[in-house]
Amino acid sequence: MNKIDKSAYAGTLESSDAFIEIKPIDQDEIRIELHSSVEEMYGDDIRDLITKCVQELGISYISIKVQDKGALDYVIKARLQAAILRANQKDKIEWEKL
Amino acid sequence: MKLRRSMLFVPGSNTSMVCNAFVYRPDTVMFDLEDSVAVSEKDSARLMVYHALQHFTYEDVETAVRVNPLNSIYGLLDLEAVIRAGVDIVRLPKTDCVEDVLDMQEVIEKIEYKIGTSKKTKLLAAIESARGVVNAVDIARCSDRLMGIALGAEDFVRDLHTQRTKSGSELMAARAQILLAARAAKIHAFDSVFSDVKDKEGFEREARYIRDLGFDGKSLINPNQISVLHKIFAPSKKNVEWSLDVIEAAENAKEKGLGVVSIDGKMVDAPIIARAKWTLELAKASGMLGGDE
Amino acid sequence: MIAKQDIIDKKRLTPKNSEFFKAKIKNNNNHRDSKICSSIEESIKRSGLKDGMTISFHHAFRGGDRVLNKVMDVVAKMGIKNLTLASSSLASVHDPLIEHIKNGVVTQIYTSGLRSKLGEAISRGLMEKPVQIHSHGGRVHLVKSGELVIDVAFIGVPVIDKFGNATGHKGRSKCGSLGYAMTDARYAKYVVAISESMEDYPSFPASITQDQVDSIVLVDEVGDSSQIGEGATRMTSNPKELLLARRAAKVIVNSGLFKNGYSLQTGTGGASLATTIFLSEKMEEENITASFGLGGITGTMVYMLKRGQIKRLLDVQSFDEFAAKSLGENPNHIEISANQYANPSSKGAAIKQLDVVVLSALEIDVDFNVNVLTGSKGLLRGASGGHCDTAAEAKLSIIVAPLTRGRIPTIVNRVNTIITPGNTVDVVITDQGVAVNPKNSELKQRLRKAGVTVVEIDDLYKKAIRICGKPKPIKYSDEVVATIRYRDGSILDVVKALA
Repeated sequence: MNKIDKSAYAGTLESSDAFIEIKPIDQDEIRIELHSSVEEMYGDDIRDLITKCVQELGISYISIKVQDKGALDYVIKARLQAAILRANQKDKIEWEKL
Repeated sequence: MKLRRSMLFVPGSNTSMVCNAFVYRPDTVMFDLEDSVAVSEKDSARLMVYHALQHFTYEDVETAVRVNPLNSIYGLLDLEAVIRAGVDIVRLPKTDCVEDVLDMQEVIEKIEYKIGTSKKTKLLAAIESARGVVNAVDIARCSDRLMGIALGAEDFVRDLHTQRTKSGSELMAARAQILLAARAAKIHAFDSVFSDVKDKEGFEREARYIRDLGFDGKSLINPNQISVLHKIFAPSKKNVEWSLDVIEAAENAKEKGLGVVSIDGKMVDAPIIARAKWTLELAKASGMLGGDE
Repeated sequence: MIAKQDIIDKKRLTPKNSEFFKAKIKNNNNHRDSKICSSIEESIKRSGLKDGMTISFHHAFRGGDRVLNKVMDVVAKMGIKNLTLASSSLASVHDPLIEHIKNGVVTQIYTSGLRSKLGEAISRGLMEKPVQIHSHGGRVHLVKSGELVIDVAFIGVPVIDKFGNATGHKGRSKCGSLGYAMTDARYAKYVVAISESMEDYPSFPASITQDQVDSIVLVDEVGDSSQIGEGATRMTSNPKELLLARRAAKVIVNSGLFKNGYSLQTGTGGASLATTIFLSEKMEEENITASFGLGGITGTMVYMLKRGQIKRLLDVQSFDEFAAKSLGENPNHIEISANQYANPSSKGAAIKQLDVVVLSALEIDVDFNVNVLTGSKGLLRGASGGHCDTAAEAKLSIIVAPLTRGRIPTIVNRVNTIITPGNTVDVVITDQGVAVNPKNSELKQRLRKAGVTVVEIDDLYKKAIRICGKPKPIKYSDEVVATIRYRDGSILDVVKALA
């Protein structure tokens, strides 16, 4: 499994949260579009986090748009994983990977 | 026994609250996946709580999660997530009878076994119906995982065909029953939330009332209620001084090898000493005796 | 001393030839209204304002100020250029200054604060000459020491009489204390008073007096009352701010200074205001009254004055309408000038009698230095205010701030900009622990004993970083856009343009 089945989103635009939209793409890459209220301070860290998080789930061929309102790392991770689980509706969740 | 005066409700879908609740140092933080979370957000909130429980900011706080009922499509997934994340207490949604507790216990045991944890997750049952209140005595003693029972007033009054009032008379019977059941089983008793956040006086009145009844604490929906509640549960200065005397007398007696402890000629027995120790713990937790509130 | 004989000998000083005498004959009674100008333009013409001069304003109307922009527009239209603008502070309402700077009308600024688009534009290098950021006390010092010579002061006042007696605590646009304007009225070479309503002469008591005012202009409005006290006085329900406030009150109560006759200053902002409320409760419990409350005065301070918990308020700036109203009604609510408030070279600044001050911060570093001027992105978006003045003089200076704001750490390794040096800060209160400056070991012991969790500021820093992550440093260029002047006029720090 290195693709997601369909587009999905998770999160909110409230402060301390992130709104994450993902969609499948044809290229083998993790394409990230980040709009963050803390871009100058943490933009690179957030992009690294997202890449790592997606790789851990063995996913590629994905476009990820993040609107970040100063969310902590674990919030971004939770929102991203929620979006991915929504895009790949499966019966079983592999908690070990989350 | 651990102090459990304040149990702060934190909706699992409210990110800002999830990220900040630890700051307010309630005795227990309770993330909610049930009623406060919309159906469309159940999965996302579950993941949020899953990660929050493992975050270092919740290392030193007792955590509880109110999961969805087992007969819903969310219940089992909630349990998988929170047990794996190492939650301290699972708060059962509506508990009507002993089976509700035992069913939940069975599922939790299976998950704990599957993931190979040595942690024994505790249970807290919420009594929210007339049937639950009637069965409270049996519920309270049905499982050694059960650390307490709590009254869920909003649903309860609906079941009773009445509504919440300022005097609280509609809850009189339920409170008494739940408290007695908990005390008989030697577990904690928690009162319901006070939902009018703006009515500070009403909250204080109710908090004093349930303290006097004998409840250990109360569920809270707003962090601002924590310090007010802790202040109300703080022992009186006189009581603290007396407790200090008791402990001093007990230590003196122990040093001298005396079997009997006495203050001013009056004998002090073991339960009184235990109570004095408890009072001092409470005093520290209330910002007295060099403790931080 | 000049001997009496010398005067008599000098012919030009005989009464008949004096200027005074001639004027009296020439003007008959018309001069009684002569200060009144028909427009701002006329007042500017009369003032003799020319290219390269310095003009001043005050900030008592805060976000509701309607004077500065109006005057600047006229000045620009008249073609006057290369001015130094010395406003006691600037708010977001003053963003139109950007155009005047671009057009060369204003080429130098002295102010306590910069915000909003103006702050951002200057941070990005709008001005050639760096802005001079001063404290409220430091401004008076710059004026009195001769660095800042005000050629024309434009002083907005809600109510005035035809001879120039003006107050701030009356009228539709009442702003309360005119403490900052009082300095300008006294030291400017020429004073234009701008008002929206005229009372019969003589209007007293007056904060700005007839002997200080050269010209008077009436305009439609000097302020927007809905925005004069905007946001300052609302009692917070934010749990973090209330937590901070409770902790601040606990620190004050156990500081050793909390006894009858102590004195107090708190700023605006939720935590600071709430601290006053919690202190008020504690004072009632322990039957303690304060001798005075100082500084920017809020409704909560007024409430305590009314209940007799504080005996007097010394008010340099009224933060809300309750304070503005009380200043006019309560004889124990006293208006003071910036010189009487905080000027370090004043013969008597009230802060030198102050026990406790509660201050806020954008950033605090591990050496206790405080930044209240530049934000996390390095933009100018705050004000120096009385921060460094009060921290330096109060017996106990308390900084109250959350450990993190969203994902932005408040406790940092090194502040972007130093406004208040760490050696004048006694204690930092966060929602996740209290840190005492090592120089004040006595306070540390007192607080520990009282059950306050005292931690090292390094540990607070580490925790903030653990929560937020280590931020990437801001990229600056070499261009200096603002110079931070300490209260004695010395240069404390500089702000550089963003790269």
